[in-house]
Amino acid sequence: MINENSKNYVIEVEGLVKKFGSFVANDNLSFFVEKGEIFGFLGANGAGKTTTIKILCGLLQPTSGKIRVAGCDVYTQTEAIKRQIGYMSQRFSLYEDLTINENFRFYGGIYGMNKAAIREKAEMMLEQLQLSDFKNSLISTLPLGIKQKLSFSIAIMHSPQIVFLDEPTGGVDPITRRQFWEMIYETAASGITVFATTHYMDEAEYCDRISIMVDGRIEAMDTPQNLKNQYQAIDMNEVFLKLARKAM
Amino acid sequence: MRTIFYIVQKEFLQIFRNKMMLPIIFVIPVVQLLVLSYAVTFEIKVIKLTITDNDNSVTSRKLLSHFKASSVYQIVESGNGSNAGMNMLQKGNAHQMLVILPGFEKALMLGQPAKIQIVIDAVNGSAAALMNVYTVSIINDFNKEILTEFNPDAGLPVNLTWSFWFNPELDYKTLMVPGILVLLVTIIGMFLSGMNIVREKELGTIEQINVTPIKKHQFIAGKLLPFWIIALFELAFGLLLARLVFDIPILGNIFLIFLVASVYLLVIMGLGVFVSTITHTQQQSMFLSWFILVIFILMSGLFTPVESMPLWARNLNFINPIAYFISIIRMIMLKGSEIQNIIESLLILTVYGVLILSLSVWRYKKTN
Repeated sequence: MINENSKNYVIEVEGLVKKFGSFVANDNLSFFVEKGEIFGFLGANGAGKTTTIKILCGLLQPTSGKIRVAGCDVYTQTEAIKRQIGYMSQRFSLYEDLTINENFRFYGGIYGMNKAAIREKAEMMLEQLQLSDFKNSLISTLPLGIKQKLSFSIAIMHSPQIVFLDEPTGGVDPITRRQFWEMIYETAASGITVFATTHYMDEAEYCDRISIMVDGRIEAMDTPQNLKNQYQAIDMNEVFLKLARKAM
Repeated sequence: MRTIFYIVQKEFLQIFRNKMMLPIIFVIPVVQLLVLSYAVTFEIKVIKLTITDNDNSVTSRKLLSHFKASSVYQIVESGNGSNAGMNMLQKGNAHQMLVILPGFEKALMLGQPAKIQIVIDAVNGSAAALMNVYTVSIINDFNKEILTEFNPDAGLPVNLTWSFWFNPELDYKTLMVPGILVLLVTIIGMFLSGMNIVREKELGTIEQINVTPIKKHQFIAGKLLPFWIIALFELAFGLLLARLVFDIPILGNIFLIFLVASVYLLVIMGLGVFVSTITHTQQQSMFLSWFILVIFILMSGLFTPVESMPLWARNLNFINPIAYFISIIRMIMLKGSEIQNIIESLLILTVYGVLILSLSVWRYKKTN
């Protein structure tokens, strides 16, 4: 047990360091995320957000630090973690040459869902996205915003404990971004913890708690309201600029 | 098992949704078999011969008539002048030049050695050697004839008759077609399976796969199984063409061929996957696969006999899967070999396959 109250935490990170050669991408990070929380992981491009998310998902081996995800150790229980998490990467990762339904079937299948469960879940999710009529369309024929929503749906179709979203709204129009965050709220309400990176500061306002990363270090971590009070800022953008300027 | 099923299902969907795939599967075997088996041959069907007869006697004309009677030799006129024949060789208008010196007939009559001169264009050494063989056999015939003519009582010392086994008509296609079938399954096995995994790296979908609880061996098995099936189908299609179009004999057990092919494909696909684990783009993977394949193919004994290679090259063939399969498939198809004749090679291929696939699974990393 890393922490006294660890039973409530689904992500526990203490002293995470990740080096690539002499470059330190993650410099001694520590944070805890509670179950059902929407945790915003903010920072400029190259601040080290994606590195952290990849370590938490078991795609990268950390250099040092104590890290537990969904109660499992990232060094020794990587495969156990993978059963408990969903991941939506920065790069679009559905199969373009498969239809919506075929993508659902494949990802559901490799997470060990049975046929009936896959069909039921896919139908429900497509209903919500109002895409039922397009279930046999190839992914390559769909606009980016819809693809991103589908990626998100597929990342949570196996009902993981935590879903990691790496810049889920990159390149998407404001209306779709708003819809996307509504999906995130619904997901969190259903008990799935959401860990999202973004560099859109307006999105930070939607999070329960945020951490702001500058040059591989966490410079601030709190609720959006507390951070604005602490830095005497009118919005998150100003908080971010004050922190970033401090770094220069 | 269910996980593998879902990957195989997805792969087949993607393979057949790719519009290039069906032409590749059906056109490649036809083109390879037709072009290679007819075109790639060491047989010499026509030798252009230019003759300078400086003796111009009955006997010299008799020698010439032997050349003219041969179906291989085609006599080309060189015109006059002492260098005319040389010029023909120089320009490539003739392959071979025959000069009969003055006094040819007279020497024979007197029982002295009679001299003729043969010049062969030897830019291609093995072709030149073959022309030499043809020439020697014609001159031997001629020798026998004049020997019996001048001395009818003497018998010939050794009477030679021969027969060629396993390929009695010495048909080059019979040798080539089984080897080309090997190339066929090799290309499908190595290129398509190897490139397929790298493609997921390029698209970024591999990352999505790597965060799932999928096991490494499941992923690789699911990726390879479709191409294993397609390659065996290709072999069946190729064997059918070989039998129907080229009339190549299949003396041995056809199931034995498929058994060996199944094992062989594990080796080749293992190599393909291994290449894909150490490359990041389809281009790199293609280049590396091609590099390995060219060496393996040229050393395999498909075009040139392994027996004539230097010892180190023959030793190198110990790790050349293509050499094993070409030798085995020729034995089964043309000699009707049974499993006990090939068991050693088959065992080596099996061990090879297990090793290279294990190496690939080990080398494939879900976590960096």
